[in-house]
Amino acid sequence: MSEFLAAVVAYPFLRHALIAGVLAGIACGVVGSYVVVRRITYMAGAIAHCVLAGLGIAHYLQVARGWPVRPVHGAVAAAVVAALIIGLVSLHVREREDTIIGAVWAVGMALGVLFIALTPGYNQDLMGYLFGNILLIGRGDLWTMAVLDGFVLVVGLGMYPQLEAVSFDEEFARLRGVRVDLCVLLLMVLVALTVVLMVSIVGIVLVIALLTLPAAIAGQFTSTLRGMMALASLLAVSFTTAGLALSYSPDLPAGATTILVAGAAYLGVLGARFLLTRLRSDI
Amino acid sequence: MTLNATVDPVVEIDRVSFRFGGGPRVLEDVSLKIERGDFASVIGPNGGGKTTLVKLVVGLLKPTSGNLRVLGTTPEKARTRIGYMPQHAMMDPQFPVRVLDVVMMGRLKARPSVLGYSRADRRAAGGALAQVGLEDLGGRPFSALSGGQRQRVLLARALVTGPELLLLDEPASGLDQKVEQDFFDLLRELNRRLTIVLVSHDLGFVAGFVRTVICVHRQVDVHPTAELDGSTISAIYGGAVRMVRHDHKVEP
Repeated sequence: MSEFLAAVVAYPFLRHALIAGVLAGIACGVVGSYVVVRRITYMAGAIAHCVLAGLGIAHYLQVARGWPVRPVHGAVAAAVVAALIIGLVSLHVREREDTIIGAVWAVGMALGVLFIALTPGYNQDLMGYLFGNILLIGRGDLWTMAVLDGFVLVVGLGMYPQLEAVSFDEEFARLRGVRVDLCVLLLMVLVALTVVLMVSIVGIVLVIALLTLPAAIAGQFTSTLRGMMALASLLAVSFTTAGLALSYSPDLPAGATTILVAGAAYLGVLGARFLLTRLRSDI
Repeated sequence: MTLNATVDPVVEIDRVSFRFGGGPRVLEDVSLKIERGDFASVIGPNGGGKTTLVKLVVGLLKPTSGNLRVLGTTPEKARTRIGYMPQHAMMDPQFPVRVLDVVMMGRLKARPSVLGYSRADRRAAGGALAQVGLEDLGGRPFSALSGGQRQRVLLARALVTGPELLLLDEPASGLDQKVEQDFFDLLRELNRRLTIVLVSHDLGFVAGFVRTVICVHRQVDVHPTAELDGSTISAIYGGAVRMVRHDHKVEP
């Protein structure tokens, strides 16, 4: 651990990674709580996998065509487009919702793989996109992340009463005059931006775990959505920090370590709760 | 516009038909009026179109043909003046929310307010909880309540909107008889100042306090309660129906 602390002092890339973990963790707690209570984990998964299309296309345009775009721009664009498609599908074509979302998921992924293959040179980035590479976060990325984070928090917390009501009882909210369709689409965009924030840390494949596990753990201890958000944010920040610290000395992948820490915490909480209820019922 | 009760319908449905997409008609050529101050019960078999009728009244569905007017205007414009209570079975029982927060959703405004709910919202929600006899449970998790208590909370949420019309979809499903009796005593009290429309698949509620019965089975018949007898009921439900009498209250 002291080795990690010394490294944080010595290396800017570790400090960047820590800050990125804090930024992503806070958004993750707020938006992840909405995802868990609305039960839209599957939609968040589809959005996450579409990010690969954006990363691949932007990377291709940057390397092969010399456009002044960065992969993160592509990630934001692809995530928002996927979020809007999935949001509109969930609002208007209820019957085949899961099929369409599955298709969006796979097509997004396929587009990404295609463009990565088309990009000349070594494609070592693919593993980073899929499983995260927190050590590649530069100062410029941090500013982009801070802006995304600010937007997610201002909208996600500013519209709390509306989003809470829409998540709890969509029809009733509509009858109160709330623009439910707009709220649903906005929430999907918040999910998209949060996914982008987390992709650099844990990667596309592992995003879902970091979005849902902290909120699911928090849900065991709180009886309000806002309490769930606060606790989930705290947990998500702790997990990313712990993931970095634990993976540093043995040189393990930070993203995977983070997810395993989160998964262990979730199982631990569920196990402790199960044992407690068993003990109580025995007495 | 006059305030004379006989020409002041709260709900006016004129030759309305409805179908989902290209499917069969759920409702066919329905016309009815509900007067101000009425206590109407919408009954009919499951799948007969009761909930569809309610959703047309609040504008959640649009009629395939025909015309609806609610509180003198379109359902979309009238909907904020309707206190709507959906079936509580539709709620996620695990949703992390406290009782007072659920009731406050009745005070939601269309426009987002930066500070969320105000102190006045909180006070109004507390008042509505007191009306349904749950003033002490405001801080409880919604998930920790019994079925009857949840019904009351959802009724309080409908009341806090300050409605002119109270629209309740299957409010008594899953309640035991004692709780149900208390619930309907509460509704009878509210009926002194509010028009109430109640959806039920249980014919028992017809007895006692309901004034008008609207029978929905694709088509609609309206009866004053007094006229209703076994033959009308079996015609709607298509067979013998066991009537449950609820007029067994013993006077002290």
